[in-house]
Amino acid sequence: MRETTRRQLTATAIVSAPLMWTLVFLFIPYLVMFTYSFYLKKFPTFVPAFEFVNYLTIISDPQYYQVLLRTAKIALTVAVCSFLIAYPLTYFLVFKVKSARLRSILYMAVIVPLWVSYLLRAYTWKTILGNEGILNSFLVWSGILSQPTDIFLYNQFSMVVTLTYIFVPFMVMPLYASLEKIPRSMIEASKDLGVGPLRTFWHVTLPLSMPGVIAGATFTICLTFGDFVAPFLVGGPNGAMIATIIQSQFGAALNWPLGAALSIIMLIIVLTIISVSDRLERAGRIDLN
Amino acid sequence: MSAIVEIQNVTKTYGGKVTAVDDLSLAVEEGEFVTLLGPSGCGKTTTLRMIAGFEIPTRGRIMLAGEDVTDLPPYHRQVNTVFQDYALFPHMTIQENVGYGLRVAGVPKSEVGPKVKDALVRVGLLDKAADRPAMLSGGQKQRVALARALVRQPKVLLLDEPLSALDAKLREAMQVEIKHLHEQLGLTFVFVTHDQREALVMSDRVVVMDQGKIVQSGTPSELYDQPASAYVADFIGNSNKLRGRVVDIQGRQVRVKVLGTEVSGLARQNGISVGDLVLMTVRPEKVQLLVEEEEAGSASLLSGTVLDNLFHGSTCRMEIDMGEGEPFVVDLQLRTALDQANLAAPGSRVRLAIDPATVSVFPDDGAFAS
Repeated sequence: MRETTRRQLTATAIVSAPLMWTLVFLFIPYLVMFTYSFYLKKFPTFVPAFEFVNYLTIISDPQYYQVLLRTAKIALTVAVCSFLIAYPLTYFLVFKVKSARLRSILYMAVIVPLWVSYLLRAYTWKTILGNEGILNSFLVWSGILSQPTDIFLYNQFSMVVTLTYIFVPFMVMPLYASLEKIPRSMIEASKDLGVGPLRTFWHVTLPLSMPGVIAGATFTICLTFGDFVAPFLVGGPNGAMIATIIQSQFGAALNWPLGAALSIIMLIIVLTIISVSDRLERAGRIDLN
Repeated sequence: MSAIVEIQNVTKTYGGKVTAVDDLSLAVEEGEFVTLLGPSGCGKTTTLRMIAGFEIPTRGRIMLAGEDVTDLPPYHRQVNTVFQDYALFPHMTIQENVGYGLRVAGVPKSEVGPKVKDALVRVGLLDKAADRPAMLSGGQKQRVALARALVRQPKVLLLDEPLSALDAKLREAMQVEIKHLHEQLGLTFVFVTHDQREALVMSDRVVVMDQGKIVQSGTPSELYDQPASAYVADFIGNSNKLRGRVVDIQGRQVRVKVLGTEVSGLARQNGISVGDLVLMTVRPEKVQLLVEEEEAGSASLLSGTVLDNLFHGSTCRMEIDMGEGEPFVVDLQLRTALDQANLAAPGSRVRLAIDPATVSVFPDDGAFAS
């Protein structure tokens, strides 16, 4: 009896620190934010209230819901582009690179950029895509363009390029894990049953790697959704995303209630994506022995 | 009878260093049940994988039904494999698994259905058709793997240690089941195992391999009773090993001075001459325990002290100290309760009669030195 009590006390002690941490630095801030989202803006600050005005504004004012839609569109595009780049790369790493040493070196090469400042990597694209950037210089040098063009930078294209570049490792990591988990005998069995490499990929490899695809898509979509550096650096006037708007509400616009409401909506969207992905993952969860 | 699989001087090396299969030639007759037997790393699985097409030989050719398939990919060969880990597709139901090859190859649904059903009936798993592999037991997965490999009516069925993941009882049942399947279908089976008992029970012919080469090929009883080398005698079944010097040779009959007496046996290899050091192997169940003053007759006579009696159910394994070397073991049938009661107790002296026809003599190449 005393033994169990002591064990319970130890267990409580061990979990209490992380629990307190999450409570103080996660749940309480969310609650504060949630409360703010019902407040009213009253120049120069805001007053406590319980009104849905902020949420109504977001739904009815195109300025806001269009940004939401644009953010969703960019997030999806980034996820698709990351998938298209990451899948062949990861497949090559896992199945075609025979040397385990070379494989881990190449894998690290994909992951290493994550250690470089995020801001720096986003900024790099500014110098590549910009008016006097590498791309323009090349196009002018090779005679394709007579003079540099602005079309590469400060639009949705440049944002998708930048964000895809930054988030590709988040697609590669789960894909690598799930492709590596597929027993080679599954692929051999498929070929043994008279099915060629392309169809084997379509019927066996791809379905078995779906957990990785779902995880990678969830990462890239959620990370893009909350990003405000790329729109700030390479997005230009029409590149505003939801996080940019939220930031300005808490900054220049000084409309904390509206910013809070936008944050809550974004939180709901991201949580929905995560729970849908979790459900998909569960439904597709397969026992690879 | 004609050879359906012909392996012609096949060598497989990895990275130019490791030789998995070394200049191996083997012909498998149509309808035969051939087992490749050997310890891990002997090249048996590599050989099977080369027949399946998963590995390409470094040198040599592989013929299937008279056609050179050496460079054909697995999906263009009319052989099917039952994998060690079953390799059932976890995202498909049992019937989808079995019908997979046919379906993807574009066989009409109306034909796939009955074929899959037949295959599942054959392995007794029709009621599991809609289940996922994860819901099946090991033995059931094994049967599904068999059904899936058989549904395409291959020319040869390859089985890569298919029973190694099953527990002893289920393994024995599946051995019989696979053997029956072979008899019913009349198909050629090439089976790989490291379990010599499994090989003896199931096969028409056993090919013993060691270090990428064939050591001996023959029927199970040939291998057991007439091992061609000390390696085979040791690998198949149990053997007592005696070392001594040859004192006399009459044809294949060799008389050897061992343990202070003389034991006769049959030479299994050429090149044994008087004065040579030889290794003799004796099966534990072929030795007779003499009662009281019974005469040995033409048999060789040995004597020793009982160390221990190990009860094995239907038999008893008696360990006997012969004064030197490892204990000599004798398997005694326990037919009646009296047999057990009359067993010589540890510490008592016993005399053993060994029929020369059951003793194999090999040149002593220093292998199995204790």
